[in-house]
Parts: sequence; C-alpha cells; structure tokens
Amino acid sequence: MLGYLTRRLVQSALILLGVSFITFLLLYVLPADPVRQIAGRSATAQTVENIRHQLGLDQPLLVQYWRYLSGLVQGDMGRSYLQKTEVATLIASRLPATLLLMLGGIVCELLIGLTLGVVAAVFRGRPLDQGLMVTSFVAVSAPQFVVGLLLLYLFAVQLGWFPIGGYGTFAHLVLPAITLGIMGSGWYSRMMRSSMVDVLRQDYIRTARAKGLTRRRILLRHALPNAILPIIAMIGIDIGIFMGGIVVVESVFGWPGIGQLAWQAIQRVDIPVIMGVTMVSATAIVLGNLLADLITPMIDPRIKLR
Amino acid sequence: MKALLTSTAILVASAIPGLAQEYTPDPNATPGGMITITYKDDVATLDPAIGYDWQNWSMIKSLFDGLMDYVPGTTELRPGLAESYEVSEDGTVFTFTLREGVTFHNGREMTAEDVKYSLDRVTTPETQSPGAGFFASIAGFDAISSGEADTLSGVEVVDPKTVRITLSRPDATFLHVMALNFASIVPKEAVDEFGTDFGKNPVGTGAFKLGEWTIGQRLVFEKNADYWREGVPYLDGVTFEVGQEPIVALLRLQQGEVDVPGDGIPPAKFQEVMGDPAQAARVVEGGQLHTGYITLNVGIEPLDKLEVREAINMAINKERITQIINGRAVPATQPLPPSMPGYTEGYAGFAFDVEAAKAKLAEAGLADGFSTELYVMNTDPNPRIAQAIQQDLKAIGVDVEIRSLAQANVIEAGGAGEAPMIWSGGMAWIADFPDPSNFYGPILGCAGAGEGGWNWSKFCDESIDAMATEADSFTDPSASERLKMWSDVYMKVMEQAPWVPVFNEQRYTMKSERMGGDDALYVDPVSIPVNYDYVFVTE
Repeated sequence: MLGYLTRRLVQSALILLGVSFITFLLLYVLPADPVRQIAGRSATAQTVENIRHQLGLDQPLLVQYWRYLSGLVQGDMGRSYLQKTEVATLIASRLPATLLLMLGGIVCELLIGLTLGVVAAVFRGRPLDQGLMVTSFVAVSAPQFVVGLLLLYLFAVQLGWFPIGGYGTFAHLVLPAITLGIMGSGWYSRMMRSSMVDVLRQDYIRTARAKGLTRRRILLRHALPNAILPIIAMIGIDIGIFMGGIVVVESVFGWPGIGQLAWQAIQRVDIPVIMGVTMVSATAIVLGNLLADLITPMIDPRIKLR
Repeated sequence: MKALLTSTAILVASAIPGLAQEYTPDPNATPGGMITITYKDDVATLDPAIGYDWQNWSMIKSLFDGLMDYVPGTTELRPGLAESYEVSEDGTVFTFTLREGVTFHNGREMTAEDVKYSLDRVTTPETQSPGAGFFASIAGFDAISSGEADTLSGVEVVDPKTVRITLSRPDATFLHVMALNFASIVPKEAVDEFGTDFGKNPVGTGAFKLGEWTIGQRLVFEKNADYWREGVPYLDGVTFEVGQEPIVALLRLQQGEVDVPGDGIPPAKFQEVMGDPAQAARVVEGGQLHTGYITLNVGIEPLDKLEVREAINMAINKERITQIINGRAVPATQPLPPSMPGYTEGYAGFAFDVEAAKAKLAEAGLADGFSTELYVMNTDPNPRIAQAIQQDLKAIGVDVEIRSLAQANVIEAGGAGEAPMIWSGGMAWIADFPDPSNFYGPILGCAGAGEGGWNWSKFCDESIDAMATEADSFTDPSASERLKMWSDVYMKVMEQAPWVPVFNEQRYTMKSERMGGDDALYVDPVSIPVNYDYVFVTE
C-alpha cells in the first residue's frame, strides 16, 4: 500500500511537471504578445522593450521555464502581469468558491443522476426508462449557459425563490450547483443504469430474490453498493470535466471562482495567472483521480492496490 | 479661483476658450444613498499608473485627482488639483499653483513633492505604466525611460505649492495629458508601503476612497467627507459588483437590485428594452469618441494600390452594418468621430457605390477581383459585421476569408503587419483624451507603423506626419488654426484611404428609476459609464 502510494505520488508529480511544461510551451508559441497587453496601445517601442526585459520575456524559452519552475517549487507562482497582485493571492481568494461550487455540483449530479439511473434500470425497457434516457441525453447536450439563464430566469427572477446570481449563502449556491450538476447527471444516469442492469442480472440477486427479500432491500442493500463502484472512479475524472463547465456557470451566476479568473487571464494573455490556474486545476484532477483509486478498494475488497 | 496675475498668463488663459471654470450642479441634488454598478470583468487594478481598462478608468477618476480635470459631462478642461497655471509664451513651460489644504485619504496634505513623485513614478520603467508614452514631451523623458535617470529633469518643485514643468517641445495636448488618470497624484508613503499591491490599496485625493475590496466579488467606495471640491460627492458610496454577465445585470436592474449595468444593455436585449417605453425612458443616449474602422494594409498586395483601397471604401455598405448592431451607431466618413474637435464638417467620404468600386478595381487591373483575408475579434457582433463586409466585397469580386480570433491574437497579427484587413470592432479606438491628435499618432502615424504598433494599416506618410507635428506645436489646443490643420491631416489621410471608417458608436447607459442628475453625467465622455462624483439618488 505504501509502495503503491509512493509510486502514485511520484507519477503525479511527473504528470504535473509535464502539464507545466506543455502549458508553458503553448503559451510561449501562442501568436499573442503579453507585453503588448501590458504596455497598452499608446506605448512607445522603448516602453515595450523595458517591460519585456523586466519580465524576463526576452530570455530563451528554457530559461523562462526554469525560472518559473524554480519559483513554483518554492511556492511562488509569480505576479499577474496585469493586476500586479501575486497569483497565489488571486487563486487563494477564489479557490474556496470554486471548490464549494464543485462540491455542490457533484452532490447534485449524483443525487439526480443516480436516482434517475436506478429508476431507469428498474423499469428497463418500459416507456419511463426510455423517457428518462432521452432526458439524460438532452441534459448532457444542453448548453450550460442556456440552462443557467433559464433556471435563473424562472426560479430567481419570476418566482423569486433564489437570489439573482452572487455568492455568500446556501441559497446562492443552489442554482449554479444544479446547472453544473445537470450535465453530469446525464452521464451518471446512463452509467448507473447500465451498471445497475448488469448487477440486477447477477446470480446473487436472483438468490436474494429467491430468499424472499423485499424488492426494496435487494435494490438498496445488494444491488446499489455493487452498481455504484464504477461511478466512484468517474468522480475523479469528473473534476477535470467540471473545469470547463465552471467557467460558464461562474460567469452566468456571477460566482467568484477561478473559472472567471482563468477566462479573463486567457483573454489578456496574463501568463502567470493562466499557468497558476492550470497548475492548481491539474493538481486537483490528479489528486481527485488518486483519491478515487484509493477509495475504491475500501468499498470493493476484490480490488487490491499494487 | 485665484486670479492669474502675470501678463503671459492672462494672454494664454484668454487664448484657451475651452477652459471652463465651474460646473453648476443640479439644484435638486440630495446627498446620501448608495448605488450599485455591475461589471462582467473583474477590476484588475486601481493603480492610476497601471489601470487602462473600460471599468477601472472611471473608478480611478473618482479615487484620484490630477492637476487638470474635465467639467463633468463635457470634454472641457478645468483645473483639478492645480488651482491655476501659467504657460510661457513659447508653450514649453507650465507653472502650476496647487490648491491649499488638499489631503490624501491617509490625512496627509498634498504638496508639490507629490506631483513630482507621481510623474517620476509613472514614467520610470519599473512601474511598467501603459501610459508612460503620453509624457514624452516632458524634458528628461528619454533619460528616465531608458533608465539613465531616475527623475524627470523637466519637473521642478519651486515651492511646496508650485510645480514647474518644462517640455522639450511645445505640446498642445499637454493639459489633456495632465488630466489623464496616468497623471494622478499619489502619496509616496502609500506606494512604498504597499509596493506592487498599491493597485489593490489605492490612496488618492479623490471624491471617494476604497472601503472594501473582496477580490472577484465586489468593491465598495466610500464618500471622502474631506473632499476638496465643495458639496460633492452626493452619494455616500458606490458598490461595484463584478463577475456579472450583462444579461443578468439587466435582469437585476429590472428587479431594482442594480442602478447602472456598467457593461451596458446586452445587444440581444437592446430592441426589447428600447421597445418598452418605461425602460427606454431610463436609457440615456450620447455620442462617444469612438470610430470603428477597417484597416487596409498598404504593405500587402494588392492593397498597396490606392485604387484598390478606394474600391473597398466604396463597396462597404455602412448603413447596413449599423443596422446589424441595432442602429447603435452612425455611419462614419472619416477617422475622427463627429464630437471631436477638428472633425471635418461637410465631408461626405466615400459614397457606397458598387459600380464605381468595380470601375476602380478595373483601373487597378483587377477587374476579376482578388482574394484576401479579414481579421476580426471573435466576440459578437464582430463576426457578423465581418460577414457583412465579406458580402459587400463579394459584390465587387473580392473574395474575403474571415479570420475570427481572440483579441490578443488579432492585435498581434495587426502589429506584425500580417493582416491584410482588420475589422477594429472590440479593439477600436476610443480617445484617451478629447483631442484630434489622439486619433493619429499610434493608429495612423509613422510612430505606430513599426513592428508591434497599433497602426495596422502600416500607413506612413512623412509629409502628413510633419503636419501633425506642426499642429501639436501650438500652445493652445483649441486654436482654430490648429483644428483646421488637424482637419487637413485627416483629409489627406482619406486621400490615401488606408482605412474604411465604418461607424461611430453611440453610448446607451441604462439607469434605475431613482438615479438623478443631468443626462450628460450618464454619457460623460471621460467618466464611463457615469460620473460617480456628481450623480445622486432621488429617494
């Protein structure tokens, strides 16, 4: 177990190193000059060169990357080109909001997705099942911008049940979390359905039924825990998928998370911020996957970590 | 207002008719109340030497003051922290007398040393100010910007209330430059204390001071009770909520939660809002110092031929393009917007005439047309405008491939001179200050035509440049000979047709029912979207 953990941690570090290099390289070759963004439209050539030199952007790629990396391992993510604030401060002030939204999103997608999946599996082949699966397809394909605005218009503007965007209380979290959760719930309901259908075909379910257990007990105690296994590994991957949705959902609901920070940084080629957000998200994804892998054997004793 | 005593000063002061003295506020104005403004983008910084964005420009104006200022709602200069000033006869020495008893938000009195410090700070390369170049006419600018000196030799402290600024050449725009945010006066001790984080901890002399800033969520400005201008600001404070989509901001305005959506009315909702009399009544329309244009790169074949550039100018249906943006603009004939001094009245520009355009192409030996590329920023409505341009040019046989890219990539391609044509939407020129020179140097002059410059046509005519330099050597920015000269500059530019001037955008500011104050304050040409110092609430 310890050996496995060590090996996985080393692997994770290598993945992050790779991510940092590739992102850095992509930003370097990008046909957009961060110095122009800082210097503004009225800058003289002298000002532009001064800024380029001060930021070390006149150095070769590898020198720049080495500088960035040496800062990073010491916990220094640099300062935003445009805001001049430390990237660590910017991310730290926004990360809690994003984590909260992610947590809310995961809870929503699991609640909606698993429930729909189980119901569909139980009514397999019947109109209810077909109806639910079509719904899940729509949920996966619906643009989050539109879903978010619809929910906002209906439940916040028309019905007044929730605040119109913003951050702070539980009521603020509900609509963005549901918007984020709806897309994932589509995937989960399909996965849960097929997983549940498989499990319900197993011999031990027939045995349980033969023993005269109630239908409810068979479903909840015998089938569900086994059907849910593949879902757990999915949550780890989900964090990565979430990052894309979070940019949109945060934007619609005015949620002060790192998605908005990343979006603005990309627009303005604010390289330290883009790097910072990428590294923090990559770390979250790598850790999420690691955690999912560590949790699985605790639920399913058949799986051993080697 | 202290009388200007010396003879030269009287001469010059009378020669500057644009210098209005005071603003008469609305007699019904009542003090008190908080208002809420929303923005989509986060506020990057409130450091006046750094901030150069749409939202923070007016916010910085309310936190800081410069030696010069504008009469609210107009483009007329008025004295700010300087109570009065004198200009030498050759227009190269400005002596500013500072107001007595002006204090920074930290309580310390502002002196001439602060003026010198602030100008040194904005021009020194370490500050990385995007506005450093505006101060190029101050003596000693080259030395400080190349790192040879750490202070501007042209800025002298005569006594604690007097600053003398010597220019290396006459600069008609200098007083406008001193009214730019970049020329705001900052206290050294606060900059030293916060270092690069001064932008998050601003200390100025302005009508408001920063109360609270929760990054990514909101900023709260509080009234500066000790503000040196009598009677303002009226508001107790302003709350800026950031990260709000314009469409959500509009919904919140309709629910009474927001007073002014800073990003304006979203294009998709424009007709709905204007079609509802109750809502339309709360929309203030005004001009703005903006021109949207297509650059035609004179260094790329076949756009290097004058006839081809003229043909493209004639082929563009500007009326139709203004319809694409719901008529929120007026068709343009020339680089300057109509409300800018120096605008040439009566000039019709290139009329929309497909046959004439075809004839011009034939004259250039391209009767069968040609293929080219149009770069455009990828946010609505710009790609739709690009399609209209594409169709218009198709009609004269020119095949246009649209390159829709992120803003930074379009700017890069334009600067590098790789783009044959660029539609300027989303990056278009909005004047830094209300003077005709501001539309020339960086975007049409030789200075901007180099690698990386904003002159995307790469148009450089030294004889026109010489005229521009001459026009800027006047002492009085609004001298009629000077404005005539600028008018001639732009007419000569149009003869060469490096641009297709397409439209001048109008501004539409929507406000809540309780907002009071002149309409002009809501379309203030300098403080966008509104002049926070002078608006008030009526309840």
